Formats: sequence, structure tokens, C-alpha cells
Amino acid sequence: MNNGLLDRTVAFVAALRAGGVPVSLAESLDAVRAFGAIDVLDREDLRAAFAATMVKRPPHRVTFDTLFDLWWPPLLGDGTASRYGADAGDPDAGDPDDADPDATEPRQGHAVPADRDALRAELARLLLDGDEDGLRRLARAAVQGLGRADAQPGRQSWFSYRVLRQLSPDTLTASLLAQMLDGQDRDGLAEKVARQTIRERIKQFEAMVAAEVRRRLAEERGVERIAKTAVKPLTDQVDFLRASRDDLVELRRQVYPLARRLATRLTARRRLGRAGRLDFRRTVRASLGTGGVPLVTHHRPHKPHKPELVVLCDVSGSVASFAHFTLLLAFALREQFAKVRAFAFIDTVDEVTPMFRPGEDFPDVMARMTREARLVWFDGHSDYGNSFETFAERYPDAITPRTSLLILGDARNNYRATAATTLKHLAASARHSYWLNPEPRAHWGSGDSATAAYGDIVEMVECRNAAQLQQFVERLLPG
Amino acid sequence: MQQPVFCDVADVRARLGAAGYLADDAIATTVFLADRLGKPLLVEGPAGVGKTELAKAVATATGSELIRLQCYEGLDEARALYEWNYKKQLLRIQVANGSSPDTANDGRPGGWSEVEQDIFSEEFLLSRPLLTAIRRTEPTVLLVDETDKADVEVEGLLLEVLSDFQVTIPELGTIVAARRPLVVLTSNATRELSEALKRRCLYLHLDYPTAEREKAIVLSRVPEVAEALAEALVRTVRALRALELKKSPSIAETIDWAHTLVALGLDTLDEAAVRDTLGVVLKHASDHARAVAQLELN
Repeated sequence: MNNGLLDRTVAFVAALRAGGVPVSLAESLDAVRAFGAIDVLDREDLRAAFAATMVKRPPHRVTFDTLFDLWWPPLLGDGTASRYGADAGDPDAGDPDDADPDATEPRQGHAVPADRDALRAELARLLLDGDEDGLRRLARAAVQGLGRADAQPGRQSWFSYRVLRQLSPDTLTASLLAQMLDGQDRDGLAEKVARQTIRERIKQFEAMVAAEVRRRLAEERGVERIAKTAVKPLTDQVDFLRASRDDLVELRRQVYPLARRLATRLTARRRLGRAGRLDFRRTVRASLGTGGVPLVTHHRPHKPHKPELVVLCDVSGSVASFAHFTLLLAFALREQFAKVRAFAFIDTVDEVTPMFRPGEDFPDVMARMTREARLVWFDGHSDYGNSFETFAERYPDAITPRTSLLILGDARNNYRATAATTLKHLAASARHSYWLNPEPRAHWGSGDSATAAYGDIVEMVECRNAAQLQQFVERLLPG
Repeated sequence: MQQPVFCDVADVRARLGAAGYLADDAIATTVFLADRLGKPLLVEGPAGVGKTELAKAVATATGSELIRLQCYEGLDEARALYEWNYKKQLLRIQVANGSSPDTANDGRPGGWSEVEQDIFSEEFLLSRPLLTAIRRTEPTVLLVDETDKADVEVEGLLLEVLSDFQVTIPELGTIVAARRPLVVLTSNATRELSEALKRRCLYLHLDYPTAEREKAIVLSRVPEVAEALAEALVRTVRALRALELKKSPSIAETIDWAHTLVALGLDTLDEAAVRDTLGVVLKHASDHARAVAQLELN
């Protein structure tokens, strides 16, 4: 490997580390050895080789791909105009010169309509065929033609939203659907499936445009600067209170794998604890194999202590996504507890345990909860005080000395009465009690936050993302 | 360093293809590197995407024998590496004792040490998969299946064996691999494997394949299925994966589905066909209900 490539690789490794991918020295050495072993001219092979040697956890793969595209771009600058035509390889692919903005237009920010229409027609055709290479070439041409804006004289900026607004791939959906279904039934299964296929391809194209824009920006402003903003946080680091819709879907997908991993780790920890009473029968049976000498003793497994869990959660708008995720996790882990009961509140409280029966459809639960449970008594703003009082009055038997009480919420009480005495009683009758607060610790106590009053009674834990929640659950469950 | 088996990435792809495994870029490159760099290959991914299948295909492609260590909770050294066959040893000692009153007393010293020499020899050694793989002189692929199911201590054992390819048996001495096996470890990621193990391995994450590749896989595994049906099948499965399901259907389930449709003699995939056979791909009642509602199968 020559020095230039070695420097590039080292810089790439540094960027990976900065982006949160832990790459050890041994792994980077492996990457360099792999570099020598494969044909470096094939970019996808190089990507696979680097991924195999340096990325050992699936969540890091997105970061890796983003950074790889920046550090090892598929081409430099505009590429060549002829290559777009030559690579298309398909003479029917529209007139490549038409689709190539450089041929028809001097370097200017805005595309002429004819050009735009040609690109759109080409896009529709490629989306219908699902031609990935074609889409990538088109993304390149489209960014070049439509995405450029002159920021200052001699400097350019690139925008993906300009490209996507002008091409607006979503508006192609209807005609694509019609072509794909080809006279079949316009609703029902075939349509759903076709729609999903189109949606997937459009999303792919959008990602290609975004990657292309990043590449052009990186050339203009330097790779390091773009790398910093391009890397998204890992799913388990996403702030509950700022999670987007996509983030939430991704989080829900993580519930089961997360619960499974937690359960496995807990079982392993329990097994490591001291062994239980001697299992006489098994020991004697095993000794028969060794002439009656009990070489190995067998023990009964310990019966694990399983706490009862009572979750009391604020499901008002601001913290609903946090409560939702935590409830799902609690119920996914139900086998680790003797019993799980859940109560939701906004300004009054209702039991929601039955909605989490095994086999219930998770994504709907939250919507049903707000629809069916009686959570609003007065004005629909969070009222912790009244909720605690109602809870103590209506469900006096919910909390026993075997219960772990878990309260979820930001403690933003809209300046109402806190009912601290009631909470003190509840906490005193439970075995443990914890409060999970999705707000950053620095904001506690500001404005209408009643953390000061509640924090004295119940231990308050900051729980802003899935990683922190996981840590907490491990602490909650005894080994 | 021993002679690598594959000459380049294209060679890997061609030979895996001949063994009936359609490899994409990432798979072919990673297998090539595992062979070239002599490192174990850790394959992780959801159930049913062809992790074990890959190891079998590599064995076929390289003309090696596949030795499989299936991991489970409670797997220990005695089951993974080697064990002394102490029932047989016991018999040997009893035989020695039975004859010793006559022989041992008439001036033959060292009766015991002879027996000891004898009972800790090859004859009484039960070789388990790890030791077997190391001692073989023919090409070998060692498959450590479902590594995540084993306890953490087994990982330590694997580390030792896989980094030096040697095993020390106190009574016999150190056994060094005559020929390094190609090692494939698989994991379902039910727990995170230790950093140390991951660092020593090349990592390959197998996920659900692209539509094109999945179709090719279905066509190669179920040749009876028509191309148009395979296409519709793959698209439908992808639509199912886009729903929020507890267990998304994997390639194994797509192939099962294709088999089912062929067996039922169906040649199009319409609502009725999907509704009747959905149980082949979705194994949870709630997933089933969700798919029926979202895809409007009623």
C-alpha cells in the first residue's frame, strides 16, 4: 500500500472513531492487511473488506457506510459527461445527452424545464425497473443539474431538497402504480405490495441523492467538516423527547431484541450466583457412571427472586413516546417479574394492564390507551398530585411490600399541588421505588418541574435514551 | 502461512454458487478475506438468513469436511475440546488390579506407572469437535454454531483455541494444528459476544437480502416455481417485513412459502392464497392478525 492510501485509511479510521465506532489498533491493522489482499479498484469489495475488519456491531453500519462514501467517493467532481452515457449501457435509456445537464446547459444553478422533465421521465422508468445502478447514475446527474446553488462567487453549495422538490419522486407513485399493476385489481393485496415496492425504491433514490449531495459538499468544504454533521446518533442514543416518527418505529422494533438480550444476561448472572441445595438424586445417578464415586455433585437451581412491578406513567403528549417505549419493554420482560401492572395518567389515573396482554398488537396499544382509558378528569394537562391521590384511593392494594414501584414522567406538574405526602406513603409501602425522568438532568427543577419535591421521596433517575433505560433495567432486576 | 484456497473474490463467488449458495459482494469478499488472512469468520444475523448454510457451502466449495460444534447453555470443555474416557480407564485399572497380585509381587516394579502411562494415552482420549478440527490433516471447515447460546467461559476457550490453533492436554503435551481449519462462527445476537472474541474475528452481518438476490435464491432452491410467482412472492414478503412484526419472515420462510405454493398447485399469489398460507411465514398470532389487517386480506 502506498503512503497516500495509507494516510487515507488512517484518516478514515480516525473518522470512524470520532463517529462512535470503536476500532481497535489490531482491527485497523487487519483492515490494512485486507486492503492488500483484495482488488482495491472494486469499491464494493473495499467496502466489504473494511466492514468485515472494523465494524463488529450492526448499529454502527450506517455510520460506517456514510463515512465510507465520503472518504472513498465513487468519483471526483462532475465525473465525465461521456461516462454517464457509456455506463448506462442501454441505448433505449432515453437520450443520455438530454439527461446530462452539462451538455445542454452552462454552469448555472437552475435547471431548464425540459431537462427536469427528461430527468423525471428517466426516474420513472428506473423506479419501475428497480435498476439500482441506473438510479445511482441518475441521482448523480440530478444533483449536478438541479441541486447546485452558488453560495458566493467561486463557491457552490448543494442541496438535496432542491433536487427532490423538482423531481418530486412521490408524485410519480400513482402512474408507477398503474403501470406496475397493469390492469390488475386496483385495491387489495396487489396494490399494497406494489405500493410498498415503489416506496422502498423511492426511499433508496432519496438516500442516493443525499449521499451524492454529501459527496459534493465534502469536495467543496473538506471531508472532516461534512463527516461531523453527516453521522446520525445510534438508535439507543436517540433522545426520547426528540425522537422523530422514524426513530420511534425503529425503537419499537428494538423492544423485543432488547428484552431478549436483557433476559439472557440476567439468566446468565443468576446462574453464576451460588448453587442451590444438593440434588441428591441426580448426584447419586451420576455417580453410577464412575463406579459409585460421586465425582461431580449436582445442585438444584436457585429460585430467582422475582419482584412485582407496578408502573405508573405519565402519558400526556410531551412524554408519551418515552412512556410507551418503557411500557413495551416492561411487558416484553414480563417473565422476569412475578407480576406486572401498569397504570397510566394525565390528570387522573386508570389501569391499562389488560391492553398489554401477550399477543396484543403493539403499535396500536398507545392509541388505544389514550382512547379507551379514562385519563382525563379536568383539563387534560398533567396533574401529578391528583393522579397520585386517585391512585392511592382507587388501587390501595396495588402496592405491596414485594412491589417495585416505577414512576415515569418529567414531573412537569403545571404548578399544581404535588401531593407529596401521598407519594411518600406509596413509596413507603413499596419495596423499592424509582422515578425515571426523560428530561436531561440539567433541566430538572426549571419552570413547572416538581423534581425537587418528588426527588426527595423517590430516587429519580435520568433516562433520556434506550441505552440509559437498559442500564436501569439491569439494576432493577436482581441477579 | 498455508496456501490460501481461493484465488480472488470472483473465485469465491463462483465456487459458492456452484455449491448452491448465492453470495453477494459482501459475503464473497468476507469469505475471501477469512481464507486469505487466516482469521475466523463471525457471521451474525436474524434466524433463517443462511448463516449455517454459508458454512456448509464454504465446506463444499473448498472440498473440506465440515466439523460442527453446536453451542448450547452449559456446553463445557469436556464437550467442546476433549475428555478422558474414564469408564474405560476404570476398567483398565480394574484389569490391572485383578492381575497385579500375581504379577506385581514377583519383581515387576512400576506396575502403577505403567498403568498410568497406559490410561492417559490416545486410546482413552475422547476427541471433541475443537480438538478433532485441529488434528485433522485434510482441509477442514470448523463451524461453531449459535455461539451466543454458549456461556461466557466457552468464549474464553474459543479465544485460546482460535488464536493459536493449539491445545494443551497436560498428560499428552501441546497439540498444534497440522493444518489450520477455516473457522466459521455463527450467532443470533441474543447476547453480545465479548469484545475480545469479536476483535479476533472478521465480522459479517447477514441481513434480509435485496429483492433481486432473494428472488434468485427462491428460483435456485425451488426450481419448480415460475419466475413471475417468485417475483410476487418476494415482493409480498418484503411488504410483510415493512410491517412492525414480532418476527419478520426470513429467507428460509420465503423458500418454505414457495414450496407450499408449489405443493398446493397455486400459480398466482392473490388474497385468498396469501390468507390461506400465511401461517407458513408468520408464526405469531398477533403478527398474523396485523398482516391480515394491514394488507386488507379480509
